[in-house]
Amino acid sequence: MIRLTHCHLYFHKNSVNQVHALNDINLHLEEGDFTTVIGSNGAGKSTLLNCMAGCFFPDQGTVSIQGQEVTRWPEYKRAKYIARVFQDPLLGTCPSATIEQNMALALRRGKFRGLGKGVKKRDRDFFREQLLHLDLGLENRLLDKVGLLSGGQRQALTMLMATMLKPSVLLLDEHIAALDPKTANQILHLTDTIIREQNLTTLMITHNMKHALHFGNRLIMLHQGKILFDVSGKEKQRLTVEDLLDRFYLLQKEELALDSMLLA
Amino acid sequence: MTLYAAIGAVEQGLVFGIMVMGVYLTFRILDFPDLTVDGSLPLGAAVSAVAITHGINPFVSVLLATGAGFLAGMVTALLNTKCKILHLLASILTMIALYSVNIRIMGGPNIALLGTPTVFDSLTKVGVPAHLSGLVTFGLFACVIAICIIWFLSTELGQAMLATGDNPQMIISLGVNTHSIILLGVGLSNGLVALCGALVAQNQGAADVGMGIGTIVAGLASVIIGETLFGAATIFRAFFAAILGSVVYRLAIAFALSANIGGFSFNPSDLNLITSLLVVSALIAPNLKRGLIQR
Repeated sequence: MIRLTHCHLYFHKNSVNQVHALNDINLHLEEGDFTTVIGSNGAGKSTLLNCMAGCFFPDQGTVSIQGQEVTRWPEYKRAKYIARVFQDPLLGTCPSATIEQNMALALRRGKFRGLGKGVKKRDRDFFREQLLHLDLGLENRLLDKVGLLSGGQRQALTMLMATMLKPSVLLLDEHIAALDPKTANQILHLTDTIIREQNLTTLMITHNMKHALHFGNRLIMLHQGKILFDVSGKEKQRLTVEDLLDRFYLLQKEELALDSMLLA
Repeated sequence: MTLYAAIGAVEQGLVFGIMVMGVYLTFRILDFPDLTVDGSLPLGAAVSAVAITHGINPFVSVLLATGAGFLAGMVTALLNTKCKILHLLASILTMIALYSVNIRIMGGPNIALLGTPTVFDSLTKVGVPAHLSGLVTFGLFACVIAICIIWFLSTELGQAMLATGDNPQMIISLGVNTHSIILLGVGLSNGLVALCGALVAQNQGAADVGMGIGTIVAGLASVIIGETLFGAATIFRAFFAAILGSVVYRLAIAFALSANIGGFSFNPSDLNLITSLLVVSALIAPNLKRGLIQR
C-alpha cells in the first residue's frame, strides 16, 4: 500500500548539528497491515510518519502509495491517499466551525472544492449515523461548535473524520497520548474497531509497549533512524513486554559499550 | 450635528462598509493582518477615475478597479506564501509600492471627476433625489456584496477558507492548498477595498493618492465596534455587524468633529489619532477586564 525505499533524511544537513533522522529505511505496509511503531525519544518515529505524510521530503530514496510515486508530493496533495490523526486533540478539528461543517470538510478530503454547498442536506443523515457509532451523544449536536467539545470528544470526532472516507493509509501519531487514561482507552478501542471494520492500512506510533503489543498485526521498533526490529503475525503475538524491554536494554548496553571503548 | 451631516456620515459608513468587509475577511477570517488596503483603496479610485475620464462606463470602471485591487492583494499573498515574508511586512511592502503605482496610473497625484458620468447617474435618472442617490447606491452595493460573501463562505471553497484561518494544519491534512486559499482570500479582500475606493472617488468627484492613509485603522475600528455592538456569532451576523460598525464609526467621527467642548474642537486632521486610540482601547479592553476580574 505504502512503500518507502532506501529513505534517508537529515536535519541540519552539513552542519555540526547534523542529525541522521532516517537511515536507509525500507518499509512496505501491505494492504490491511495495522502496524504499531515504538522507539525511544529521537528514534525517528514521528519523522518516519511525517515523511509518509509529506511534511518532510527524504534527502534520498522514494515514497510510493498504491504504486504511485509521491516522494515530492506536498502534504495537501497526498491527502488523497492519507488521513491523519494528530497527538494534539485540538489540531484535528476546526474549533469555530460546527460538527457538521467539520465533517463536511473531511468528507471532501483530497477532492476538488468548488462552489457547491459546504454542508449538503443529504450528508446530514450520514453524519448522524456515523456519530451514532461514537456513542457520545454527538448525533444530536450537529450544529454545535467543535470548540465546545472536550479533548476526548474532539479526538473521537477526528478519528471518525479521518476514516469516514476510507483512506489508503491511516497515520496515527500518538493520538491518545494527550488524553486522560479512561478517555485514551475509549479512543484506542474505537480506533481498533474502526481499523478492523474497514481493514485499514495503518501506522500507529505509541509510547506504550502494551498497546504496541496488544493492537495491530505488526510491530516495528526504531532506533537512531533505523528499523531494528520488524515482527508480524504469530511471531508478534508471542512477543511480551519483557522481550521488548530486553531489546531496549541490549541496545543501551551496546551504546554504553561503544562509549566506553571510545573513552578507553 | 445637522441632519445633512448625519446623512453624509451614514453614506460614508455604508461605502466604507465594503472596505470593512474586506478587512474582516483578512483580519478575522484568514487571520492575516493586511495593510495593503491603504494602497489598494486609492488604487481602486485611480483605476476607476482614469477609466471614466477615458470614456469607459462607470460601472465597468468599478469592475476594473476591483480587478486591480485583486491583483494587488495577490502580490501581498505571493510575497507571504512563496517568498516566506512575514504577512505584515509583505503587506507594507505592497502598500508602499502601490503609492508609486497609483501616481503612475493617474499620471499625477490626483484626478478630478467633475462633470463626468458616475454610477449615481442611473439613480438620479429614475427620479431618486440627488442628495439620496449616494445613500441608496452604497446601501445596495454593501448589501449585495455582503450577501455574496456570506453565500461564498457557505460553499465548499468558502468553508475551506474559514478553516484555513482557524486551523491550517488540519485543512492541509484534508487536502487543501492553503497557499491558494490565502491568494484568493487576500485578493478578494483587496478587490473589495478597491471597489470601495472607486465608489468613494466617484462620490467625492476626485481620486487622490493620499486618500488611503489610515484605511486599515478605520477598518479595524469598524470591525471591532461592529463585533462589540452587534456580535459575530454567525457569519451572517458578522458581516452585517461589520457594515453597521462602519456606519457607527462614521457617525461617531462626525459627532466628534461637530462637538465643541469649552472652546476646544477637533480638526479633521485629529481623526487618525482618535481612531488609533479607539482601536488601542478596544484591543486592550478585554485584557483589562480579565485583569480586574482576577483581582
